[in-house]
Amino acid sequence: MTATKPIDHARRTVLAGLGTLALGLVPVLPAGATPEKMAAAIAAFTGGAVPVPGKMMLEVASLVDNGNTVPITVRVDSPMTASDYVAAIALFNERNPDPGIAVFTLGARAGKADVSTRIRMATSQKLVAVARMGDNSFRMHSADVVVALAACIEGEA
Amino acid sequence: MQLRPTLLALVLLLPTLLLLLLLCAAPVFADDTRRSGAEFISPSTRAMQRDDTLNPAMLAVGDGKLLWQRKAGRSDTSCAGCHGDAALSMRGVAARYPAFDAHTNAAINLGQRINACRVRHQQAEPLRFETEALLGIESYVALQSRAMPLAPPPDARLQAAVQRGQQLFSQRIGQLNLSCAQCHDANWGRRLGGATIPQGHALAYPVYRLEWQGMGSLQRRLRNCMSGVRADVPPPNAQELVDLEAYLATRAAGMRMEAPGVRP
Amino acid sequence: MARALVHMPAFARRGAVIEIRALIGHPMEIGYRPGADGKVLGRDIIRRFTCRYNGEIVFAAELQQAIAANPYIAFYTRALETGSLEFTWEGDSGFAHAETMPITVTG
Repeated sequence: MTATKPIDHARRTVLAGLGTLALGLVPVLPAGATPEKMAAAIAAFTGGAVPVPGKMMLEVASLVDNGNTVPITVRVDSPMTASDYVAAIALFNERNPDPGIAVFTLGARAGKADVSTRIRMATSQKLVAVARMGDNSFRMHSADVVVALAACIEGEA
Repeated sequence: MQLRPTLLALVLLLPTLLLLLLLCAAPVFADDTRRSGAEFISPSTRAMQRDDTLNPAMLAVGDGKLLWQRKAGRSDTSCAGCHGDAALSMRGVAARYPAFDAHTNAAINLGQRINACRVRHQQAEPLRFETEALLGIESYVALQSRAMPLAPPPDARLQAAVQRGQQLFSQRIGQLNLSCAQCHDANWGRRLGGATIPQGHALAYPVYRLEWQGMGSLQRRLRNCMSGVRADVPPPNAQELVDLEAYLATRAAGMRMEAPGVRP
Repeated sequence: MARALVHMPAFARRGAVIEIRALIGHPMEIGYRPGADGKVLGRDIIRRFTCRYNGEIVFAAELQQAIAANPYIAFYTRALETGSLEFTWEGDSGFAHAETMPITVTG
């Protein structure tokens, strides 16, 4: 009944180099995110060492409300003593434009290897957490997360 | 032995009194099928709202708390200069908006009332809609009504706005030819894409919306919805938006305020 | 929203592991989104967060664009001595913010 503005949103379109007509803020994400890039980023963090799965937990909802803000908690099972502690925890993803998310520096003084934050996820994908232990060994854990897109594509009028 | 009959009378009377009290309470009780939008979001989003140490909207409240003390305008007074401690003076205020403003002879929402104060009493410039400053003060004031029942004023002068709002709520709009009622009255609880349709009770505004990655007013949400069904979007503070707000307040009357909330 | 909110206990027993929650207002602009004029907005994020306990760094974070707007970080540290914890955030466009919280350690 009412005339409308020709708003056309192709949200989360991964088309490198294509300009947008968007009236809203639609990101044009470079088609650069791949599982291989993530593997390379992990290798850069570990210096080539292969992280061993286990002794870690990645707490994240399996289906998220909105990919803009995804709460995530990573925990490493470690006594955090001077001889047995987590030195750092790195977070990676396989389908955002960049494979790295964050690197947290801990140490024995942390008392607990338990870090929470909120991340962005461009689409459903795998998340990987890698812990560097005090003895320079590495552990890892991964989680698959489904990101539901909003049904009503809204423009910011 | 003398006391026993009195005690007995009390024991019999008390439950009856309690029952009467409960029956007279606000219309949110056993048969009420109304549910807050907080029940339709993921547990982690709900947890963000419930815990002030997790809630991003508390940043806006912090802004508002500062601005409450800041002098403004030619009057060189702050909100606190007239209203004192907001925790006392603003208690229950947000729950009573939209209200009728005799000066403009129209229904106004809380943000408009804040600006009316700025212009009339502080002789300051009004704050632009959706700015951090206005949303900050609004969040701070709305927080003072948290957990209180939404109590739209029983003001006969508001009825015209409420009725217009109710009519708008049921009116199909946009290329998608949908009315608010079709989703939020007839299909709440069902899924639209990946999201569950809430009932659309405006209890949490101003809200930190994950989609916006920031704060916004109820009007921002309404305008987004209208854009979502490909309808003409009224400009901010248009009368039809305030009318809708007035209707939504009566529709949710008695439900507990949650502002400032978090939504996907 | 340029403010920060830090939540942590003001009192702790010596050796206790305490939780610290830090939230700061910042858009964390990813650098791929077009602005209203169609031009891509440059990256503008917080790059580094540190927590110093009486001057010693006890926790740090290097952040990238995938950290959500208005970054929230929660972590733990041992309460070893009375003093203060200083939280700093630094980022693009010369962004810098600091908060200080006192702690009294008994026992």
